[in-house]
Amino acid sequence: MSDTSFVRTEMLPPKPAPVSQVGVVKWMRENLFSGPLNTALTVFGLLVTAWLVQAGAPWLIHGVWNANSLTECRTIIAERWGPEATGACWAIIRVRWNQFLFGFYPVEEYWRLFLTFAGLFLALAPVLFDALPRKLIWGTLLYPLVAFWLLWGGPVWGPVGVLVGFALMGLAFTRLAPKLGVPVAAGAGLILAAVVWLYAVGPFESAMQSVLPLALPEVVSDKFGGFLLALVIGVTAIVVSLPLGILLALGRQSDMVMVKALSVGMIEFIRGVPLITLLFTASLLLQYFLPPGTTFDLILRVVILVTLFAAAYIAEVIRGGLAALPRGQYEAADALGLDYWQAQRLIIMPQALKISIPGIVSSFIGLFKDTTLVTFVGLFDPLKGISGVVRSDMAWKGTYWEPYIFVAVIFFLFNFSMSRYSMYLERKLKRDHR
Amino acid sequence: MKKSVFFGTVALVALVAGAASASTLDDVKARGQLICGVNPGLTGFGAPDANGNYQGFDVAACKAVAAAVLGDPMKVQYKALTGETRFTALASGEVDMLARNSTWTFGRDTELALDFVAVNYYDGQGFMVNKSLGVSSAKELDGATVCVQTGTTTEMNLADYFKSNNMTYTPVNIADDAEGQQKFLAGACDSYTTDASGLAASRATMPNAADIVILPEIISKEPLALAVRHGDNNWGDIVRWSFYALVAAEEYGITKANLEEVAASTQNPEIRRLLGLEGDMGKKIGLDNDFAKRAIMASGNYGEIFEANIGASTSIGLARGLNAQWTQGGLMYAPPFR
Repeated sequence: MSDTSFVRTEMLPPKPAPVSQVGVVKWMRENLFSGPLNTALTVFGLLVTAWLVQAGAPWLIHGVWNANSLTECRTIIAERWGPEATGACWAIIRVRWNQFLFGFYPVEEYWRLFLTFAGLFLALAPVLFDALPRKLIWGTLLYPLVAFWLLWGGPVWGPVGVLVGFALMGLAFTRLAPKLGVPVAAGAGLILAAVVWLYAVGPFESAMQSVLPLALPEVVSDKFGGFLLALVIGVTAIVVSLPLGILLALGRQSDMVMVKALSVGMIEFIRGVPLITLLFTASLLLQYFLPPGTTFDLILRVVILVTLFAAAYIAEVIRGGLAALPRGQYEAADALGLDYWQAQRLIIMPQALKISIPGIVSSFIGLFKDTTLVTFVGLFDPLKGISGVVRSDMAWKGTYWEPYIFVAVIFFLFNFSMSRYSMYLERKLKRDHR
Repeated sequence: MKKSVFFGTVALVALVAGAASASTLDDVKARGQLICGVNPGLTGFGAPDANGNYQGFDVAACKAVAAAVLGDPMKVQYKALTGETRFTALASGEVDMLARNSTWTFGRDTELALDFVAVNYYDGQGFMVNKSLGVSSAKELDGATVCVQTGTTTEMNLADYFKSNNMTYTPVNIADDAEGQQKFLAGACDSYTTDASGLAASRATMPNAADIVILPEIISKEPLALAVRHGDNNWGDIVRWSFYALVAAEEYGITKANLEEVAASTQNPEIRRLLGLEGDMGKKIGLDNDFAKRAIMASGNYGEIFEANIGASTSIGLARGLNAQWTQGGLMYAPPFR
């Protein structure tokens, strides 16, 4: 063998890739400066960001937390940063945070709010996560009455009476459903419960209260405000509007003329009217329809109309889901010999709802933000109602951005969690059949 | 069964309607609470404080009426009302009276079926400008941009004023006072216009208050009055005379502090009638003779209420102006208690 070889015996060490093809530089070339248009946009974006930071950062950095009035804030900022400096006066939040969160709820009763709020998560858990034991759902069903009692107070026997009504409704439904069918049984149960609520709950409450007084101090609706109000309206409307929306969506697809006409009429009427009109109806017009002197709680009226409003939108979202199901699914259900309600429960709805998740959650997020509109009927929403009250105090008059930023951050936390949960749910239910 | 539900409902409605047709006074007494419609966020006039208790100049009127009728100034349920909902709330019976800085106008008095019983504050619309603008009269505002709240009488007054003086202006629409103040300070408008009392309060909180002037012209009449529903004149009388008791008390030098002393020593027959020592003024309006005494004890006489909430000693610092007693050149003039 000759020792002259034309072949390398050892490999050259690999050269590092060109600077422009690796790491940050590559990423920037590809994503930020890949052409004249993108380069221009990047530069423009950077300039805007720089301008925003330049304008906003000093204001945020100069923020003052410990003060008792806006004037005091200004003095502190002037002392620390010079007479020309401007800064945020977060002291308004530190002093009045409880009104932004709880409205005018009595301070010594705050524990009830904390309990209700903690209970909300316990009640939602079995609904949101199916890994938990199914028995917990009974706690969830009980929660609305417990929450109502905790929030508004009064004798415990009122909610108990309402619960008895529900129990009777359930009993009547399970007894009658096999003989008369689902709709008739549900209607009969509802009438029975309504009679109990209208005529028996009042006497029952006063009778039981005289035997065994068990009551929390009553808190009237006028004391509700801030995020407490937004959550009461938002959560109630979200929870009630989903089943109502499903019923409306099914009603719209029904073969029965009356059911279909009523569903279509209601959906189209409510979607055709702005929410603010419905709120004014709740607060002003309803007073004229009801006999004079009737005091029908304003929060309750608003909750009812907001719920109907949300239900109409949810119904259309779900109809979209129903329309996306292939005809074969319905036929398969028929072929298995399932009746209408079984088919809906076992085959149609699980698929339709899964498809509709993004739309449903969007509706819920929109609904939660829309609760701030109640300010126009004189309720204290966190954004304008409570901010207006706090700003009318001479100590804080003249603050502008701080309450808005605070409220916006809290809204963001709620809505972002809702959005993340819906994405989690979508991933979990993904079956990859498309 | 359905029939009985129906009849039950009818009976219930009839019962409720029957109960409601009784007089407002009876309703208030039966309820043990006066429901008073107030502004939830007007500096110095009505707003809940840090503890959620309503305070202010208008709120004091509610307290005086509650004290006169129910004997306790705390027995008031305050109902927050917006500009849109206030008159309907009163007309539909949701509130017993309105103390919500409402201007007494012909249309409201007649069309809306309200009775304005007494003016508790004479206000008027003014202008605020920065000194650097070099303007000393509203007549020099030709061509200015003006921040003005939409949908208010303020907006219409502004249009009328500029038209009648052959001037032009560019309106900058704002939604509420906080926004107006913010826009004005940021230089979005040359001038900010609203009620003079509101301007004074805003100016007091501005960082550069010394550079801001309120122009001398007052371009509108805004008699802010207490209002009740049409049709229950006795209740209107009660609200009216409970308020005038406060005005009369100031005129005769009766304060919260010296009330008992004056009552024990006075020989003035008018004061004796006012305080229920002579005659039976209270009985004539369905109350007892001490009603005026209790109204004054609630938060003092008219002058004391003014000073405590919006007067020169507060940070709002409003002068009495038109709201001084008639003996001091103002318009506060209680009819005789006779």
